[in-house]
Amino acid sequence: MSPDRRQFLGWGAAAAAGTVLAPVIRLIDLAQARSPQEAASALQRWGLLIDITKCADCDECVTACHEENGVTGHGRPETDAQWIRKVSLRDKRTGYAQTLPLMCQHCEHPPCVDVCPTGASFKRDDGIVLVDKHTCIGCRYCVMACPYGARSFIHETVSGQKSDVPRGKGTVESCTLCVHRVDRGETPACVEACNRDGGKAMVFGDLNDPSAEIHRRLRSEPSTQVRADLALNTGVRYQGL
Amino acid sequence: MMRFAVAVLTVVLTVAGFADAEEKRVRRVAVPVVKIEKGDACVAPTEEMRRDHMNRLLHQRDRTLRQGIRESRFSLKNCIDCHASRETGSVLGKDAFCSSCHAYAAVSMDCFECHTPLRQSRAAGAPR
Repeated sequence: MSPDRRQFLGWGAAAAAGTVLAPVIRLIDLAQARSPQEAASALQRWGLLIDITKCADCDECVTACHEENGVTGHGRPETDAQWIRKVSLRDKRTGYAQTLPLMCQHCEHPPCVDVCPTGASFKRDDGIVLVDKHTCIGCRYCVMACPYGARSFIHETVSGQKSDVPRGKGTVESCTLCVHRVDRGETPACVEACNRDGGKAMVFGDLNDPSAEIHRRLRSEPSTQVRADLALNTGVRYQGL
Repeated sequence: MMRFAVAVLTVVLTVAGFADAEEKRVRRVAVPVVKIEKGDACVAPTEEMRRDHMNRLLHQRDRTLRQGIRESRFSLKNCIDCHASRETGSVLGKDAFCSSCHAYAAVSMDCFECHTPLRQSRAAGAPR
């Protein structure tokens, strides 16, 4: 079966399931967020929508991310970890400048997972791409495979980690979509900071949930994936790029 | 009567000998400090925890990371919450819960290469 046909059937099935299950899921949703005993489900797919036209010239998202996850540097930009960074774009002809936050795009078909020799790089059922540092051997294949340069290697001994975010020398790490917050029913730190102190450019939500703002906007407004030509079906989408 | 006295003396001497040996051993090797800082009971009977805590942690870690099941009962965070020292807020260091036993048994542990050994409130920088 060609990928297109398979994808089409997948959408059909998802739509059918959505029609049948949506009211039920909605009810459960209203009752409570996913309980701690419940596993992440493939019915959901977490994603971000970032409107670059609103992206202000600030780095609130970067600061909030690194604060939330205890990502600290040693003042050595060549080797310090970056979970999220601000990228500046400038049209050479017109001089039109844009800035956007770039982090792990949480692909549906992540190259970092394909190349991992130990299975440490993996995608959770709800679409969040993570590194299992218990099995990561620090080979850095994933760092090379990621087209977005989203992964960092920890070169030096770490101390003062956050209890929800273990980090250690010799392993690879990247944006976790603040998985510990998502599991508590909260939004990632970058989204919260952007909506509080930044340009209100970021929306977080379930791409599969028809009632979610992110789903509605992706359906009704134009959006792009970075390096859409790679057909990775990213979970992070951009507008105004 | 004489025989009874000899028996009693033997028993007393033997016990004293054992106690002496025990004391010497204590002086030679640092005996683990198993100090429970918080709560009355652990999440499972002590015998089970002593023998099996590593398997519990291993199982829970995979469920948590890979499936997103965040039950607190056998989570490392829960262990640290109760067992971290009152003085340092840590399960590592001299006489601390994890490291004293592991040093005694000469078993290295890798948990704290990545995980913080500090109790949550301390790790967050909040006063306790």
